[in-house]
Amino acid sequence: MIYARGLVKRFGNFTAVDGIDVDVARGEAFGFLGPNGAGKSSTMRMIGCVSPPTAGTLRILGMDPHRQGTAIRARLGVCPQLDSLDPELTVAENLVTYARYFGIPRRTAKARAAELLDFVQLRERADSRVEPLSGGMKRRLTIARALVNNPDIALLDEPTTGLDPQARHLVWDRLFRLKQQGMTLVLTTHYMDEAEQLCDRLVVMDTGRIVAEGSPRSLIDRYSTREVVELRFPDTAPEDVAGKLAELAERVEVLPDRILLYADDGDAAAEAVHRLALGPASVLVRRSGLEDVFLHLTGRTLVD
Amino acid sequence: MRPALAVFESYLTVYRRTWRGSVLGSFVLPVLVMVGFGLGVGHFVDAGGRLGPVRYLDYIVPGQVAVTAFNQGSFESMWPVLSGFEWSRTYHSLAAAPLRIVDILGGDLLFIVFRLLTTSVVFLGIAAAFGAIHSPWAVAVPFVCALLGLAVATPVHALSARMTSDSYFSLLLRFGLIPLGLFSGVYFPVTALPSALRLLAYLSPLWHATEVCRAATLPGVPMSALALAGHLGYLAVWLVVGFWLAVLAFRRKLVS
Repeated sequence: MIYARGLVKRFGNFTAVDGIDVDVARGEAFGFLGPNGAGKSSTMRMIGCVSPPTAGTLRILGMDPHRQGTAIRARLGVCPQLDSLDPELTVAENLVTYARYFGIPRRTAKARAAELLDFVQLRERADSRVEPLSGGMKRRLTIARALVNNPDIALLDEPTTGLDPQARHLVWDRLFRLKQQGMTLVLTTHYMDEAEQLCDRLVVMDTGRIVAEGSPRSLIDRYSTREVVELRFPDTAPEDVAGKLAELAERVEVLPDRILLYADDGDAAAEAVHRLALGPASVLVRRSGLEDVFLHLTGRTLVD
Repeated sequence: MRPALAVFESYLTVYRRTWRGSVLGSFVLPVLVMVGFGLGVGHFVDAGGRLGPVRYLDYIVPGQVAVTAFNQGSFESMWPVLSGFEWSRTYHSLAAAPLRIVDILGGDLLFIVFRLLTTSVVFLGIAAAFGAIHSPWAVAVPFVCALLGLAVATPVHALSARMTSDSYFSLLLRFGLIPLGLFSGVYFPVTALPSALRLLAYLSPLWHATEVCRAATLPGVPMSALALAGHLGYLAVWLVVGFWLAVLAFRRKLVS
């Protein structure tokens, strides 16, 4: 569905995307994970055929974005990072007018709009203006708008950024259904839990490059341990304690507010910390996640 | 053409609800100016007898219908365009659909033409009720107004697309649109202007449209085919160059 080799995007002297290779297969839920400024959105804009690549090869649905941009866009559904709904139209009208841009007949467009409003649970708001909708509702409407042409690929740029936890779960639930229906999803996120929930496969991006690729599970297996012990020392500088902890775990990460011990048996490591009697304020054993993968790969946390 | 029509259709969907609000700016105010100036100021002008057989009201009607189109073409290309890029961001969602830049601009301009035609037809109807229309050539006036409106809408589209805030619009109004509206022969002949300002009037697309509209509605104002072609040609140049500038500005904003 998407094939990229050595894809580069430069803005003047700034390189936003620095030679990435991407393959997305039909029916796959594919994620670009990385902090702000990693090049995720630039990549999405290139795939969405609104940003010509500076160098490299890009094929979408077997077509060339440079020459067949409109034909490709006719088969994509785009949910941009910033809402771009028409505030002067009602909820339903937003869907119908957008469908018309795809050449869908008015009657079909209306039926499709009603169907999609059911899908994103906005049927009661069909005749409401867009303005009074909550952030989560607007995002769901934007997702519905992206589906109006029954796209081959849905591109979702940070679909839940800025939403409260409940609204995020509603969005995830809808996206998960799309995935079950076999739609190809491509999404960017800087939320680890989002990537773990939705993505079959993902690439971790940092400063325009891909630093790792695989399923969430395989990335965790490869770049982290099974469990992690989080320690907080309120009175001591973490650096001072870290030296003493080094041999208790496979790897130790020192963050400004806590120390992470990577060990396959977290409870055993926590036990060993207790025996040292360093007096941590809190000890938490948890399973490893993508956050830990990112930390290992880049030495930084994702959301700062 | 079909994609541009879909964009036009979305504007109509909005306009179906908001047209009442536009009546004040598009019809009521211009008609008030026409009646106020035409009858009020006209009382003194006509007493002077400088306009010959024509009433001052008759004189300013063609100018007033042209300046209304001039303003409408500009205003429809200012805040709505800026908002589409910066506030509601609707142009960005259009760019993600299978539309080309020319389709998006085409839809905008179709809607503006629709507004220009309806406004000038209604305006002429009211002017006719005041007995200010003296020639069947008046049927050409809405088309001249449409051409004038597009001739300014396209370069203003280009300007608005390059802006990030609306603070420049007050400059454009004060140093562009208002002076041109006053000195383009709408209310008095440009021959009454000092020569430097007269030159400005000759460059103004509004003056060219006013001349044509005046010839089309007043009795005994003949215009040679050459002069007519010159005036319309000048407006067409504005339209073509403006469209090209607008395409460049839109592309810069939407494809990067």
